[in-house]
Amino acid sequence: MLSLTTGQRRVVRATVAAAVLAVIAGCSSGSGGVVHGKSAGNVFDAGSSGIRDVSTKTGGTLNLIADSDCDSYDPARTYYGHCWVMQRLFSRGLMAYRSAPGTAGLDVVPDLAEAAGTASADGKTWTYKLRSGLKFEDGTPITSKEVKYGIERVFAQSVINGGPVYVITYLCPGGTNASGGCDSYRGPYADRSADHLGLSTVETPDDSTIVFHLNAKVGDWNYIMTLPASTPVPIAYDQSSKGGAKYEFHPISDGPYKFQSYSPGKSLTLVRNSYWQASSDPFRKALVDKVVFTVDSNDQDVDNRLISNIADIDIAGVGVQVSTQSKILTNPQLKARADNPFTGYTRYLAVESHVAPFDNINCRIAVEYAASKVDWQTARGGPIGGGDIATSMLPPSVKGHEDFDAYPDNNGQGDLEKAKAYLAKCGKPNGFTTHLATSSSAKGKAVAAAVQNSLKRVGINVIIDEGDASTYYSEFIGAPSVVRKKDFGLMVAGWGADWPTGYGFFSSIVDGRKILSQGNSNYQETNDPKVNELIDKASSTTDADAAGKLWADVDRAVMATATVVPMTYDKALVISSENVTNRFILQSIGGIYDFQALGKTAP
Amino acid sequence: MITFIVRRLMLGVLLLWIVSILTFSIFFIIPKATHTSTAALFAGKAPTPAAIHDIEIKFGLDKPITTQYLDFVRGIFVGRHFDNGPDKTYCPPPCLGYSFVNNVPVWTEITNDLPVTVSMAVGAAVLWLVTGTAVGVLSALRRRSFLDRIAMGIALAGVSLPIYFTGLVLLTLFSYKWNLLPNVHYVGITDNPVSWARNLLLPWVSLAFLYAALYARLTRAGMLETLGEDYLRTARAKGLSERRVIVRHALRAALTPIVTIFGLDLGQLLGGAILTEYTFGFVGIGKLSVDAIFRQDLPVILGVTLFAAFFIVMANLVVDVLYAFVDPRVRYS
Repeated sequence: MLSLTTGQRRVVRATVAAAVLAVIAGCSSGSGGVVHGKSAGNVFDAGSSGIRDVSTKTGGTLNLIADSDCDSYDPARTYYGHCWVMQRLFSRGLMAYRSAPGTAGLDVVPDLAEAAGTASADGKTWTYKLRSGLKFEDGTPITSKEVKYGIERVFAQSVINGGPVYVITYLCPGGTNASGGCDSYRGPYADRSADHLGLSTVETPDDSTIVFHLNAKVGDWNYIMTLPASTPVPIAYDQSSKGGAKYEFHPISDGPYKFQSYSPGKSLTLVRNSYWQASSDPFRKALVDKVVFTVDSNDQDVDNRLISNIADIDIAGVGVQVSTQSKILTNPQLKARADNPFTGYTRYLAVESHVAPFDNINCRIAVEYAASKVDWQTARGGPIGGGDIATSMLPPSVKGHEDFDAYPDNNGQGDLEKAKAYLAKCGKPNGFTTHLATSSSAKGKAVAAAVQNSLKRVGINVIIDEGDASTYYSEFIGAPSVVRKKDFGLMVAGWGADWPTGYGFFSSIVDGRKILSQGNSNYQETNDPKVNELIDKASSTTDADAAGKLWADVDRAVMATATVVPMTYDKALVISSENVTNRFILQSIGGIYDFQALGKTAP
Repeated sequence: MITFIVRRLMLGVLLLWIVSILTFSIFFIIPKATHTSTAALFAGKAPTPAAIHDIEIKFGLDKPITTQYLDFVRGIFVGRHFDNGPDKTYCPPPCLGYSFVNNVPVWTEITNDLPVTVSMAVGAAVLWLVTGTAVGVLSALRRRSFLDRIAMGIALAGVSLPIYFTGLVLLTLFSYKWNLLPNVHYVGITDNPVSWARNLLLPWVSLAFLYAALYARLTRAGMLETLGEDYLRTARAKGLSERRVIVRHALRAALTPIVTIFGLDLGQLLGGAILTEYTFGFVGIGKLSVDAIFRQDLPVILGVTLFAAFFIVMANLVVDVLYAFVDPRVRYS
């Protein structure tokens, strides 16, 4: 008698389902935003390039879990990638990422808009038309005014803070001040106009049209409109006692699910939004009836629940614990359930060119050759948990990434001969002493020790300075004056794109004109005329492929400055329950499962 | 008796005042020591100086530290308005501050998480008090018997095993392996009392195992000491039943140290059972305080510390009052 294991039965079921679906839908390879892409068998990392357990079965409860809550559920205040993926369940903006595995998921598709925004000849005016029949969860119609109001809220930074501020940068009337703030418009709560719609750079000529007048040419505006801040917000509700800072406790849904209950830091329950119409939505299928997200403070327990099929998906997507990693990799059945996606982050060493002796490019190049990327990778958890060795800044999950290595170093081991030669060129043949800033997290400490050991091989003595993990980026290395004062020649850093294009990745971290006195992300103060010029050229190019090639040039130009030493392209080992269908990694937002596409095999 | 309670209450208030001053000093010390701006913590991932300035004005962080402290104390009794122009936030009394990270009054955070901690602590306390003292009494009465040795052996194991070990073993067996109690999570007692008890069973057993072991050993030692006292021999000679001798006379005297330690243990647990909450993934006062420390959410650190100190002070007060009932000598003195 033929008997199949659970795993085998699942493979057969998935294969049959995939075959049927492929015949019916031709794998949905149209241009819309629907889930498409090849179905994947249940083998290791299948979800990174294909869809696991394809199904159209509806019903059931999706049990999401994580060791902490989202930073915010207010679309204008959230900045965690996985929380942006959560937003896809209950909020819809003008644009969204295609729901698809692999590189197809990097594309943007119109969501509330009926088509992608169209730019004027000078690239500064963008116009969107809304679909018809859109409604909030209480049945009131959505117009362009609510979309404009949602964007205005970002300007009220003392109330609505924490999220990305690109709309302030490009829509502030008269431009932003030296510190990046907007003096001419302070948000809808300070707005004296009767309708609170006083932001002059955004026009709503009719209920279905919204026009943005940018203060610069921005080729990526359609990507910026994928950020949750382009979600409409009902004006009267937000101006009431339930709105403003409290809006995050119950954002008004325009997506397939709405808040049923939310206990901050504990749990969130979403139920179907009866006013959402599948016909008005380009990709959401809303297969499950209910979504329950539970915060479980014990991250080991989170892993155990996933393995035991008690919970379905860990929304954080940062990977399992070290002990679980070895458990998964040594058990073939568990390994077949696991995925190992790129998270979109590049981990790197920032080399401050204003701190001696790094004001000499040869000293910086010496570090490029002396640092051991393999040791760094090991410190972060090896090739599976830590990521691939990086040879350039732009990660593989961003459009425009090209493989090149400006400083070949024996596959990441370091080229000590070349390092010594460059040390001699910079007048420090016996090395020198410098300070390395790192965060107080376990991984921060581990990679700092790895850098210290590898640079010692050529006589560079590193003194490690630890900064508190909670304020490391915003305060410890985010103020150039502090960095210079503390002589931080080297800084442990990491960066993930806010959207998967070169602009989304590079604009904040290497553009010399965006060095801020506080909250600075260009930690190493790269300010190279060639880099700046290429950024302008690439960012004003609206053709995605042409722009991609230009961003690869930016990457090369940045590497030529030797102000950054790319170490690893981050990866995470993630595992999900066997009870969820349609599992695949959405590359565009942090390499996380696309929660809204998931279904359940059992209640 | 009333004078005694009033005196203790006044001492408790004095203690809380001193704790509040010491804890409030973190607002001054931490930003200085770490070269960070308190307002920047509230302003998100990439704060602009303008946003930080607005927040400083709104929360009064630009004022002298003494003014900030007085505002804080006033807020506990009358509430506070955090206003900056049209941006208004009200924190009703008792206002223990406003969380920079979660954007809600600290009191709201505490009262949201308190049911979890109280449910866990009180349920476990009942369990460990009943089983611990019962096992202790039985062991003392059957001294050096097989039962005594087994009970004390288990008690020794209970005292020695950390909560995360016991909890993990219970979770592995009852949740992951046998699926008898899957998906352990907190459910409010008013939402579903049965589900509430069912989900709290493993935390109760884990906590009770640790504490009951200690209480059993303490009760046994106290009972053995009391059973050798002359007044018990007198009681028996008067013709009292053995049950009355044990319960009314021996156990009552042996309970004095138990009451002391029970008050402190319960007070401490109500201030946050961090390891138990972490092991079972619950979000109570313990998790709230640990998160606040990691995120430098200073108002929450301050609020939770004061709250925990309040429980300890109250527990001590209750213990002192109970003494008077358990041991008449306290009342007479």
